Amino acid sequence: MNNIDLKKARAVTGAEAVANAMRQIEPHVVAAYPITPQTPIVEYFAKFVSDGVVRTEMIPVESEHSAMSAVVGAAATGARAMTATSANGLALMHEVVYIAASSRLPIVMPVVNRALSGPINIHCDHSDAMAERDSGWVQFYAESNQEAYDLTILSLKLAEDESVRLPVMVSLDGFILSHGVEPVEFLPDEVVKEFIGEPKMIYPLLDTEHPVTYGPLDLYDYYFEHKRQQVEAMENAKKVFPKVAEEFYKVSGRKYDFVEPYKLDDAEYVMVALGSTNSTIKYVVDWMREEGFKVGALKVWMFRPFPKAQIQKYLNGRKGVVVLDRSASFGAEAPLYEAVKSALYNVAIRPQMGSYVYGLGGRDILPEHIRKAFEDALSGNLIADEQRYLGLRE
Amino acid sequence: MPVKYLEIRWHGRAGQGAKSAAQMLAESALEKGKFVQAFPEYGAERTGAPMKAYNRIGDQPILVRAVIEKPDIVIVIDDTLLSSDLISGLDEKEGTLLVNTVRDFSWIRNKTNFKGKICKVSATDIALQEIGRGVPNTVMLGALVKITNVVPLEAIEKRIEKMFLSKFGEDIVAKNKKALKRGFEEVECEEV
Repeated sequence: MNNIDLKKARAVTGAEAVANAMRQIEPHVVAAYPITPQTPIVEYFAKFVSDGVVRTEMIPVESEHSAMSAVVGAAATGARAMTATSANGLALMHEVVYIAASSRLPIVMPVVNRALSGPINIHCDHSDAMAERDSGWVQFYAESNQEAYDLTILSLKLAEDESVRLPVMVSLDGFILSHGVEPVEFLPDEVVKEFIGEPKMIYPLLDTEHPVTYGPLDLYDYYFEHKRQQVEAMENAKKVFPKVAEEFYKVSGRKYDFVEPYKLDDAEYVMVALGSTNSTIKYVVDWMREEGFKVGALKVWMFRPFPKAQIQKYLNGRKGVVVLDRSASFGAEAPLYEAVKSALYNVAIRPQMGSYVYGLGGRDILPEHIRKAFEDALSGNLIADEQRYLGLRE
Repeated sequence: MPVKYLEIRWHGRAGQGAKSAAQMLAESALEKGKFVQAFPEYGAERTGAPMKAYNRIGDQPILVRAVIEKPDIVIVIDDTLLSSDLISGLDEKEGTLLVNTVRDFSWIRNKTNFKGKICKVSATDIALQEIGRGVPNTVMLGALVKITNVVPLEAIEKRIEKMFLSKFGEDIVAKNKKALKRGFEEVECEEV
């Protein structure tokens, strides 16, 4: 776990932390739909623009579909372009989210994770980001406001790497992080600016000496080859990420990786999850460790590309693995569970596995719920093909 | 449980400043070297709707992100919200109920059936007299500091300066400080 120096920290919401990262990045263009389901990220950033703190061209658009379209257009010219969104806003972008990835545009987009309608719900779950998991974007999930800030900066460098050139979503849990206040240590502006450097223009649309086209017709003759290149770019993201994380560590002292093990050395039972719930899981691990139970946690920082090798390394040979999902995949296994289970197909010693869906539409997840799932594992009561629920009335 | 944090649950109506008060408390405690957390609970957002805000304060990183079900302190900014449900989870031996009201202790006890420590302060009246607006949150912070010593009064005063000085000027800062101090001085408690 990364420590925070309280003397250097400020108490801010996740939205303010991310907006501050965007201020330091100072993109050439930010396009955003300015009302609900938008979050305070864009509100803070719009203030930076109107106060003249940044020189960003801010484009308030009439829908999220247009926001992503404007950002795609800007990024194709070689500009650094960002937006932020949440829930149904992301769903409305869906079509253009795929276009951003297939056009290999290094757009970084913070996503405040909130439930998709219907019924109407504004609270946290991962159904919005999970609906985009096959879109070709790199996806990170932040546990804390500090991570949401750090990952926004780190993502920019990963996205713009020449061998990657992919858009990145930085997911932060709605309300729990976006509206929750906690200490965050900001880097000095000049450190961020030096870390991200100047953007490299690759095939810019406005270079009329070297004309290029974006988004052309691409039928059965080449479409397949282009998709194959996207697969390769994702593999490259896996190769480049550790280098970017190392460079970030040098300037910040904070370590990032594909996954974060917590008290795993001798752990027999391990819980796997995305996002802010990892904090409460660590609390329960500490609590149960005090009572002598060999439990631990594995936080998944990067969900796309999926860090299969790291999952295998940390989970091979454990007695039980419990996976928590904050979204459902109706008619199939929950997304994180499915991915972890599939990764463990080939390990030498497969653990018992259990799938737990929790927290849909902002339903609270209490330490007692997490303990219950661990206790199922400890008593050998995990069934790989059964989906269970935490905090649900049945 | 491995770590114990000081846990506070605020009840108010949207627009009464519970969220800002929770944030101001978190900022003040951070400046005093504490780990902090402040977060609101939103329903449908509209002025006047009942809402909650939460604080956790501790000497170690705060890991629990759930809402606070067993608070050490319940703060009620609007006494029309008082009921026995409102104070759920508040321990009668260890817990404290702090209420903004002009009414007496027996009225609060009747409304809540709470048998533990109750503190009260006429925060809206004080806010009207000192700030000229019925926003009682700074007064409530003063009262909270008196009964818990969670941060020194000057830490909140410093936050008031940081938040209001450049935006509203010295006059508003002085008025808020006065309101804070009166909350500190005028809060009364009753233990049964």
